Amino acid sequence: MSIVTLQLGQCGNQIGFEVFDALFSDSHCPQRLCSKRENEAYQASCKERFFSEEENGVPIARAVLVDMEPKVINQTLLKAAQSGRWKYGQHSGFCQKQGSGNNWAYGYSVHGPRHEEPILNLIQKEAEKCDSLSGFFIIMSMAGGTGSGLGAFVTQNLQDQYSSSLKMNQIIWPYGTGEVIVQNYNSILTLSHLYRSSDALLVHENDAVHKICAKLMNIKHISFSDINQVLAHQLGSVFQPTYSAEGSFHYRRNPLGDLMENLVPHPEFKMLGVRNIPQMSENSLAYSTFTWAGLLKHLRQMLISNAKMEEGIDWQVRPPLSGLPTLGKTSLNKELHFNTSIANLLILRGKDVHSADLGKQKLRAYIHQYTKFGIEEEDFLDSFTLLEQVVASYRNL
Amino acid sequence: MLTKQRGPGGPAPSRYGNEETPVHVHGFLTEKLSLNLDKSVTTSATCGSSVTYGTSAPSESAVGEPGGCEGRRGLPRSLGWPPCSMTQSVVVQGKLRVEGGTPLARSQAASFATNVRSVSFLSLFLSLIAVGQCGNQIGCCFWDLALREHAAVNQKGIYDEAISSFFRNVDTRVVGDGGSISKGKICSLKARAVLIDMEEGVVNEILQGPLRDVFDTKQLITDISGSGNNWAVGHRVFGNLYQEQILEKLRKSAEHCDCLQCFFIIHSMGGGTGSGLGTFLLKVLEDEFPEVYRLVTSVYPSGEDDVITSPYNSILAMKELNEHADCVLPIDNQSLFDIISKIDLMVNSGKLGTTIKPKSLVTSSAGASKKRQEKPFDAMNNIVANLLLNLTSSARFEGSLNMDLNEISMNLVPFPQLHYLVSSLTPLYTLADVNIPPRRLDQMFSDAFSKHHQLIQADPKHNLYLACALMVRGNVQISDLRRNIERLKPSLQFVSWNQEGWKTSLCSVPPVGHSYSLLALANNTCVKPTFVELRERFMRLYKKKAHLHHYLQIEGMEESCFTEAVSSLSALIQEYNQLDATKSMPVEDLPRLSIAV
Repeated sequence: MSIVTLQLGQCGNQIGFEVFDALFSDSHCPQRLCSKRENEAYQASCKERFFSEEENGVPIARAVLVDMEPKVINQTLLKAAQSGRWKYGQHSGFCQKQGSGNNWAYGYSVHGPRHEEPILNLIQKEAEKCDSLSGFFIIMSMAGGTGSGLGAFVTQNLQDQYSSSLKMNQIIWPYGTGEVIVQNYNSILTLSHLYRSSDALLVHENDAVHKICAKLMNIKHISFSDINQVLAHQLGSVFQPTYSAEGSFHYRRNPLGDLMENLVPHPEFKMLGVRNIPQMSENSLAYSTFTWAGLLKHLRQMLISNAKMEEGIDWQVRPPLSGLPTLGKTSLNKELHFNTSIANLLILRGKDVHSADLGKQKLRAYIHQYTKFGIEEEDFLDSFTLLEQVVASYRNL
Repeated sequence: MLTKQRGPGGPAPSRYGNEETPVHVHGFLTEKLSLNLDKSVTTSATCGSSVTYGTSAPSESAVGEPGGCEGRRGLPRSLGWPPCSMTQSVVVQGKLRVEGGTPLARSQAASFATNVRSVSFLSLFLSLIAVGQCGNQIGCCFWDLALREHAAVNQKGIYDEAISSFFRNVDTRVVGDGGSISKGKICSLKARAVLIDMEEGVVNEILQGPLRDVFDTKQLITDISGSGNNWAVGHRVFGNLYQEQILEKLRKSAEHCDCLQCFFIIHSMGGGTGSGLGTFLLKVLEDEFPEVYRLVTSVYPSGEDDVITSPYNSILAMKELNEHADCVLPIDNQSLFDIISKIDLMVNSGKLGTTIKPKSLVTSSAGASKKRQEKPFDAMNNIVANLLLNLTSSARFEGSLNMDLNEISMNLVPFPQLHYLVSSLTPLYTLADVNIPPRRLDQMFSDAFSKHHQLIQADPKHNLYLACALMVRGNVQISDLRRNIERLKPSLQFVSWNQEGWKTSLCSVPPVGHSYSLLALANNTCVKPTFVELRERFMRLYKKKAHLHHYLQIEGMEESCFTEAVSSLSALIQEYNQLDATKSMPVEDLPRLSIAV
């Protein structure tokens, strides 16, 4: 079953490219870690999920790229084409000339309705190309205007049009000390809207990934492409085919469905996080050895202590919820775990975001930029309320 | 679709194309192509053959790597043409020739060529309006720098998206309006500018200088008599006289744009034309193009200003700026002069390794040898020109964290009236001819906040920040940015409700000849002293009613205009005062919404 990926905004497109690249390299990796037949089955399964076939053998990613300004999409298309190994469909990109100006309201109320039709048409075309559609994977950031605003709008529309398909939104939580000044507003509005229309929210924080890059991967000058590659690595390991009950050559057919089934038992609790080990630079990989048991144990420790990486674990133990480890390829391990740690994330970061927001709101700072495009104060209030409810329900767990 | 036309008595067109096949392609191109207006279209395929439309042999290195085809249809890699996405159609006429590579490769290349699909050319357009003597002199420096920057970045002379934001590509052989061409080699660049001055001296000088071909005569509005340093003459008299003409020229220049994003207005506040007519223009723009941002670069009068009535002109203009501008970047001559002196000091102190750069970005003259012959304000005007270039760099060039112009207003203007942004450009040596070995990157960030590097007399470090934007160009990564923000944050005071009020952007293209640069824009209460001083100078004159009659004799001007203007300024100062008062208050912990669970 296939997944259609939707890349929104600069962040979404840059990450999306890295994700497809990682998926492709992983499935075509030359290392012979398992038997050939297994490898082929794995490759086939991965390909079917994310790429569709082109006549002359270059796989086309099942993706729709959307952005309101042309530079990033052009770059992404070009990079993919230049790699020669895979590419994006010729018409799978949609862009406009003028960006959203970091304004959620602009993305949601202006760009959304205006470009609803062409975007949804593109999605429909991709969806029709799939033999069987597992669902949608939407990559967006929360701080900007296009990713957040337009993303919220599109997710809502997908909810209406494809109500039987699952949607997982990959959202990027911005750096604490701002990338964008109004990111708190944008984040609150996005989260509240997504909570209503999405099936699962997979959260990644720029801060955390940055730390991973710095501490574990030993990168001196971390650039966004480094961060995106780590993210892609994590996402790849979530979505790569996993064994099914039938045996080693059969892979589970429904990636999104499986994930949702196991991880989102109640529609109230939708937020997911990823813990990934091992994460290290390629150089050190050659010098390390792993055992499966060791990895699992480490992972469990990470979960229990709510750490995002292997080092610096803070040993205040909280009662863990049961998670379901899914098996993957031997060199990778990941665990997608729904537990109180996400709730804590929401609570802690939520607190910062809320207090920052409430402060701003009290003085009506920046509000005029949003009311220009039809978002009124009541909308803000609604968003606050919804999120408070979510936080409260997580707390009660 | 590719329709092959049979030339009279020519060889039968082959399916794979041969030397003499004339082609008329009307369609859309997706992959990168480079278009040469000599009617040859070149694209290269990685499968080792090249497709040329045209009469000339493929001269540019448009050929892909030979071999390595592997029977796969590789995607064409092309040179010189920026990647594209959709919508505009292109009509190419010429001949198709496929050569090189294996027959299979050739057929594939040809079939690719016949499947040209879509090219797009979406870009943002920015339009510069220079009003008055000061405005036009700065504008002239700006266009000179812009041309040089694009020449350095765009080696192949192809009209690309980045250039298109500031220039039109025009075929000068065509008379009249139809000459605009949107693709291909640069024929003749015309600036997207409108030059307005009420006396002819400055504009004439520009038109006789090296930049004369960059401006269209249709883009100029001039008069003879000048405004006599009188805001009322500029605003009321010339405003009414030229309103229609101005509107028409603006509409024309907007028509040439696919999508106009921003108007840049450059003027001075102390004079008559720049200040009066310039601010009249703001109102016109707001009515005619309400969705387009109006970014104003205003040169404020310094302490020792030679125009006696400059306080009157400035205050009257301020009222208009308060009401009709989206964003104002105040600048004053004294600060620019100080910066130039500092640069001179750096050069002349004989530091090791300082050499005069061959490519100069400061003076419009070709090199250091002519340095002494430059006009007195040239170096200072170039700083302002650099400011505008860096401001728009992230919108024109690619980067890992882009920032468009509408994001500036969105992030830095929390309340509509407080839209005055203090700017600083570092490192200083990027503004100079000199080649000083780059200091540590971190020094660049520290300097951006010091009061000696601001383009207006202001001290942001000791005042309250409402918001701050850092626009970095060149080889700087996100970790460097983060590290410096963390480092500098403790020494800066941010308003309590915007403690993390940072906006950042990274553009990969550095300024010409340097590896990186930083532009910092701050919405900070440190602009207040400038305004307070302006008001004081105004009051000194106004109390004695000195020179007032020159203004009052203009139809429509009354004393109430003055009192309104001054009270609008006082209200603004009051807002800043209120914010300053919150400086030392502790951060309140606001109660969260309580919900029934």
